[in-house]
Amino acid sequence: MTTVARFEIKYLQFMDEKGTFISNDVPPAFARDIDTLKQLYRDMNLIRTLDQKAYALQRTGKMGTYPAATGQEAIGVGFGSAMTEDDVLVPYYRGQASMVQHGVKMEEVLLYWGGYEAGCDYQVAKQDFPIAVPIATQSLHATGVAKAMQMRGEKRCVFTEIGEGGTSQGDFYEALNVAGIWNLGVVFIINNNQWAISVPSKLQTNCETYAQKAIAAGVDCIQVDGNDIVAVKAASETAADKARNGGGPTVIECISLRLCDHTTADDATRYRPEGELDDGWKKEPIIRLQKYLKSKKAWSAEDENQMQKELAAEVQQAVDNYLNTPIDPPEAMFDYLYEELPERTLAQRELAIARGAK
Amino acid sequence: MAAITLIEAVNMAIAHEMGVDKEVVVFGEDVGINGGVFRATDGLQEKFGEERVIDTPLAEAMIAGIAIGMAAQGMKPIAEIQFMGFIFPAADHIISHCARMRNRTRGRLTLPMVIRAPFGGGIHAPENHSESTEAIFAHIPGLKVVIPSNPSRAYGLMLAAIRDPDPVIFLEPKRVYRIEKHEIEDNGEDYPLGMCFVDREGSDITLVSWGAMLHETKQAAEKLAAEGISAEVIDVATVSPLDIDTILESVAKTGRVCIVQEAPKAGALGSEIAAEIAEKQIMSLLAPIGRVSGYDTVIPYYRLEKQFMPKVQHIIDEAKRLVEYR
Repeated sequence: MTTVARFEIKYLQFMDEKGTFISNDVPPAFARDIDTLKQLYRDMNLIRTLDQKAYALQRTGKMGTYPAATGQEAIGVGFGSAMTEDDVLVPYYRGQASMVQHGVKMEEVLLYWGGYEAGCDYQVAKQDFPIAVPIATQSLHATGVAKAMQMRGEKRCVFTEIGEGGTSQGDFYEALNVAGIWNLGVVFIINNNQWAISVPSKLQTNCETYAQKAIAAGVDCIQVDGNDIVAVKAASETAADKARNGGGPTVIECISLRLCDHTTADDATRYRPEGELDDGWKKEPIIRLQKYLKSKKAWSAEDENQMQKELAAEVQQAVDNYLNTPIDPPEAMFDYLYEELPERTLAQRELAIARGAK
Repeated sequence: MAAITLIEAVNMAIAHEMGVDKEVVVFGEDVGINGGVFRATDGLQEKFGEERVIDTPLAEAMIAGIAIGMAAQGMKPIAEIQFMGFIFPAADHIISHCARMRNRTRGRLTLPMVIRAPFGGGIHAPENHSESTEAIFAHIPGLKVVIPSNPSRAYGLMLAAIRDPDPVIFLEPKRVYRIEKHEIEDNGEDYPLGMCFVDREGSDITLVSWGAMLHETKQAAEKLAAEGISAEVIDVATVSPLDIDTILESVAKTGRVCIVQEAPKAGALGSEIAAEIAEKQIMSLLAPIGRVSGYDTVIPYYRLEKQFMPKVQHIIDEAKRLVEYR
């Protein structure tokens, strides 16, 4: 026998949990710009504040089921900040960090989970997909968007996110496969938060990494520390640049830990091993960047106070907008179904209006 | 002007639209150099290039998924599912995404796409190649489901499907792909979607059908006429959204109706048509609503397939029973 193929998976981490740059790799230019790092720090905090607020709204009966992304802020903010306005985001359900980063308004996120279709009618990110609730389907939509860009010769790319559990779906493999064959400009982000609701990673795959699933599709891949926003953003920028310039797809596995329940409807104490959270909170992304900024004398307790105040006000404004949004009239069920509502359904529309008036 | 078959008419319509609209692209399994296993896309790759007539990897969910992505970018994909029996991996995309995109984004993203699939029995095909499952998709709000019954309609309805701003499932009755030829001018004139065609006027009974079964239905009408029974024949053509008004008007005139479908009887399109007639036109009825259909069984392998399919005589018998009903 001879060996006909072999593979290796690279792991990228610049900043450890103490906020110290440890890598032998040369840090990307943005990592030397303190203002950029401060902005990323702020953006991660914004999502954490939003998630906390959404949770509180749900607990007080003002919000539907909501999936927080606590502990995974570096992933969405990191790759979201690598996207340009022209790129397209095809998110998954826990995608609020990248969505907000790419221009989706926080109130739109709240409207979506609060039961308003208007939450998918993005006012800024006009071409971005709404959240795909059926797991992994978004991977294929992303390849389709990238195919259109390729056929039109556009220098844009597509980012799509998926949980590590989602990579067990056939759709994910089918998307990698076609993206590889057609050399599509897609960046597949795997948010490996180590839990698919209650199912841990060891029951999800027998692979050493999720990144290596790309190998079977002939697609480039890398594993990064998903709690290190410098690593996430650096890998995303490299992959995006490649994708926009005809270099094809990349899979980026970002290792993190879900520090919250799966959603507001979940209770992770039923399955999470003791001690996991204590350990996880030591490694989470926000505090480590704060440590770094403090070590550079670029961040003070006063700065932190001021920022938290501003973020609270910003989120509260989104909450107010959400809570003040009127419920659609009943005929809205019909008005966006087709460009032109079929004759036959018009009578039902009238009926819905009449019943609604009673 | 050439006399062409239904499958050639599908091909001609696609070629016409690709010629005038560069956003129209074709993809699926074997649609390229092979021209599709039934030859629906024959010669298209030669004419429009590999860029626009694309052989995909063998994965139906992927075919539907990329169609959604491309359509959301404003392209007009025509995706082929090789046989309708293989559409189910794609059903998640068709039902959970394609049908809902306009509604859930409040019109921000729309999907002007067509998914084509040959369907129905009667060609001695292997297992999972012969089902008539149009009702599954006709049940889904947000989709349009179109079934041409002859070459002219295949041409006009395919043009309309491609031009439609919403997703269309275009089901081609493969048993009649080559059963007859029509003289069709390639003039780009489409037929409206959402409209029944009255194929034969009559006064004693209305026969409602679609797809391949329309051929048996028309033959039955012919034979009934020889026996002095005047049957009106309606080709539903767009099974969703259903043009129920044309059917109701006909039933108001004839007072009797027989629905003819190849699909199993229960929970099918014929059930919906019957229910609508019962709701809105029952006072015009001189006899119960009749249905001739496949059985509520798994369609058998090809040795027994003939026993499953409704035949001309079954339609005649049912029509006579209704006309003679007192």
